[in-house]
Amino acid sequence: MTETLTELSNPHTHEERRWWHYFTFCTDHKVIGIQYLVTSFMFYFIGGALAGVIRTELATPASDVVSPELYNQIFTVHATVMIFLWIVPAGAAFGNYLIPLMIGAKDMAFPTLNAIAFWLIPPGGILLLSSFFVGAPQSGWTSYPPLSLLAGKPGEFIWILSLLLLGTSSILGAINFMVTIWKMRIPRMDIHSMPLFCWAMIATSALILLSTPVLAGALILLAFDLIAGTNFFNPAGGGDPVVYQHMFWFYSHPAVYIMILPFFGALSEILPVHAKKPIFGYRAIAYSSLIISFLGLIVWAHHMFTSGVPGWLRMFFMITTMIIAVPTGIKIFGWLGTLWGGKISFTTPMLFGMGLISAFLIGGLTGVMVASVPFDIHVHDTYFIVAHLHYVLFGGSVLGIFAATYHWFPKMTGRMYNEFWGRVHFAMTFVGLNLTFMPMHELGLLGMNRRVAMYDPRFQNLNLLCSFGTLILAISTFPFIINMVWSWVKGPKAANNPWGGLTLEWQTSSPPSIENFDEEPVMTSGPYDYGLGGKKADFSFLKPKRPAMAGSVEK
Amino acid sequence: MNIPSNILTLVAGILLAAVSLWYGQNHGLMPAQASDQAVQVDGLFNMMMTIATGLFIIVQGCLIFVAIKFRRREGDTSDGSPMNGNIPLEIFWTAIPAAIVLVISIYSFEVYSQMGGLDPMASMGHKTPTQLTAQQSGHTPEMDMQGMVAMDSGRNQIALGLGATPENENKPPAVLVKVLGLQYAWTFTYPETGIVSGELHLPIGEDVQLDMTAQDVLHAFWLPEFRIKQDVIPGRQTELRFTPTLLGEYPVICAELCGAYHGIMVTKLYVETPEQYQAWIAAQQVAQAETPAQVAVDVTKLSTAQYLQPYSQEMGIAPEVLQQVSSQHHHSHKM
Repeated sequence: MTETLTELSNPHTHEERRWWHYFTFCTDHKVIGIQYLVTSFMFYFIGGALAGVIRTELATPASDVVSPELYNQIFTVHATVMIFLWIVPAGAAFGNYLIPLMIGAKDMAFPTLNAIAFWLIPPGGILLLSSFFVGAPQSGWTSYPPLSLLAGKPGEFIWILSLLLLGTSSILGAINFMVTIWKMRIPRMDIHSMPLFCWAMIATSALILLSTPVLAGALILLAFDLIAGTNFFNPAGGGDPVVYQHMFWFYSHPAVYIMILPFFGALSEILPVHAKKPIFGYRAIAYSSLIISFLGLIVWAHHMFTSGVPGWLRMFFMITTMIIAVPTGIKIFGWLGTLWGGKISFTTPMLFGMGLISAFLIGGLTGVMVASVPFDIHVHDTYFIVAHLHYVLFGGSVLGIFAATYHWFPKMTGRMYNEFWGRVHFAMTFVGLNLTFMPMHELGLLGMNRRVAMYDPRFQNLNLLCSFGTLILAISTFPFIINMVWSWVKGPKAANNPWGGLTLEWQTSSPPSIENFDEEPVMTSGPYDYGLGGKKADFSFLKPKRPAMAGSVEK
Repeated sequence: MNIPSNILTLVAGILLAAVSLWYGQNHGLMPAQASDQAVQVDGLFNMMMTIATGLFIIVQGCLIFVAIKFRRREGDTSDGSPMNGNIPLEIFWTAIPAAIVLVISIYSFEVYSQMGGLDPMASMGHKTPTQLTAQQSGHTPEMDMQGMVAMDSGRNQIALGLGATPENENKPPAVLVKVLGLQYAWTFTYPETGIVSGELHLPIGEDVQLDMTAQDVLHAFWLPEFRIKQDVIPGRQTELRFTPTLLGEYPVICAELCGAYHGIMVTKLYVETPEQYQAWIAAQQVAQAETPAQVAVDVTKLSTAQYLQPYSQEMGIAPEVLQQVSSQHHHSHKM
């Protein structure tokens, strides 16, 4: 019982974490998970503030709020923060917090590595934001040469360093998730009785391990071009800028799945619990994650349909991209099947979960459209793409993060959030998101290109609507922040299993004690065996013995 | 009232199909159609929009339906049904999307081929169309490759983009224009007449080929009303080949981030009647003969402002605006 004890933990096994543990180099996966989550939320608010500046600038056609150079810096940092410091680490946050609890382990396989992975994030993030002092990168998060070699060089170099740190963190985390899920499940849990979140994390980690090193390679070569005057990608010296695009997208398309799969996994946990119904088609949902992950590796050039890619290759990548719609559809229909015939409680996690299906669907449908080469030639690099990617990443990932945050909030903090304000948060987020991103489809189709500070005045009305939606989104974060902070400090105590969930994390105390389970957890049912017997589920037989529980709660 | 459920399903299905088909044709989201490619792409988009509308209504309808029908009633603490899968249903909803994307892929392939995307000249590059033109018309294009930075003619690079449509395959284009993208303007060179212009003028109904490259960074040449776009890459030649079918004035937009003033890298395409086009050519030739020095200027040695000056005059941009733009530029450097 002591092999994974940390230097900070106390020999008493029912000990809980103190607040100051969260500010230390702690190897407890639960502390690290919460560190990840809180850090990524902070970067979310920074990235959101940058988005606010972008939409304020775009409320009028002229470049009148910030200078065009600063505007380019802002959208570059906005995207980088949202991807590398918000959604990717938020996925790692839930992976860290939940995987050992869900599989009945005491900690991750490599606790110190885990802590190192987290502690690479704050320096990476601070480094990136500090680039504003010397002129942040202004060539977009894609950083295509030759522009990235010409505009804002110091910022560009800082951006590369920051991404190398964050990428390293991501790789270390992925190794940990893989080994933990593979080797540390309790003996009775085979891979087909493992929660679907774990399947999603396997698929995510495989993608991270296969693709992130390629990004690192591209960035290092770019750094050489930038500071050492080499010409890997610089056409002025015979380099090829299109090669960079291939290497960049070899990571950055899988990155989309790295950002969405963990929350697909979380949704597969949340829906059955709040509808009290088994997941529909466990194996289909589990294996579709792996299929998405595999296909995700061979679609990257669909970001380059108007770039230097020959016609036949455009056709190949079109077809592979189209095929991804099939496993994604399996998931969406599986979730609908899960809700069908359930007893749906409209808790905040369920609302965000259903919101995810609704909004992600739009991103998925436009995704099939932009996979089609002839159509993509028209909309590539326009606001149609901006709309599509935000429906996927905001409508999919971010709503998923909110659903997961509310769902596991009682487990993480031992307290309940305020349901009313949670629902207000959902309503404002859902309305704000559709108002912000829906009009962008039309803007792009009509001819508005992306990454512009000034645009044709005929697009102003739709842009105003988008900016108004952003205002609602900005306001919606206040009920969320206040609800989270207030509830964490003063909220009513949460039961160990407030939702009546069947996965193992609900068997321990809320919050779990330092080594997670006071006794070896026992699997007495599958993770989604709801509705057996049609009576009120009685899970008391699943819980650890009362005395142990009481002890941990009192402490 | 007891209507059999299969009749209800049938009615719902017919309604769904009708609404999807109607919206797929009447979304009004696309700009004017000024080329054959635009008609083809819009046909494809309308078909995808029809399918998307149907799927959108089905899934959102299901969500609303389950939210009402399967909501937890007050005081009910029981679980939902234990149903955890249905293999035939799962096969069904795997097969249907697979069939849909297959159909869309085949249709897209067909449209792409009709647009000229699979023209072997463009994508496989036995010979670039420029060389073909030179060969067939017997004249040596003196402008060929010149002024195009880093264009390595010796390596015989493959042109990328949209080539000839199937009916124009192996035919030289009627009009050839060389396009150069640079921060933040387009220049159009007509090799046959030596005209250099900041605006693109094309005769209606003629097969046009644009041979494009960039001087400094990546740009993308986009004609929204023609539904065609192609990145313009320093050191490489890309091409677009199309036939304008509608008279008018259209924006030419740079769609690839090319720097701070990416948003103003816009010019105009005028699709004109043959007479208007010839008149424009004649006027340009007269104008450029009067100021021969302008043609001989080495653009790479000019500052951006100097370079843009004639084009901005031609585009009707007041000098004050330009000054404002460059002073903003200056300001932000100080920041």
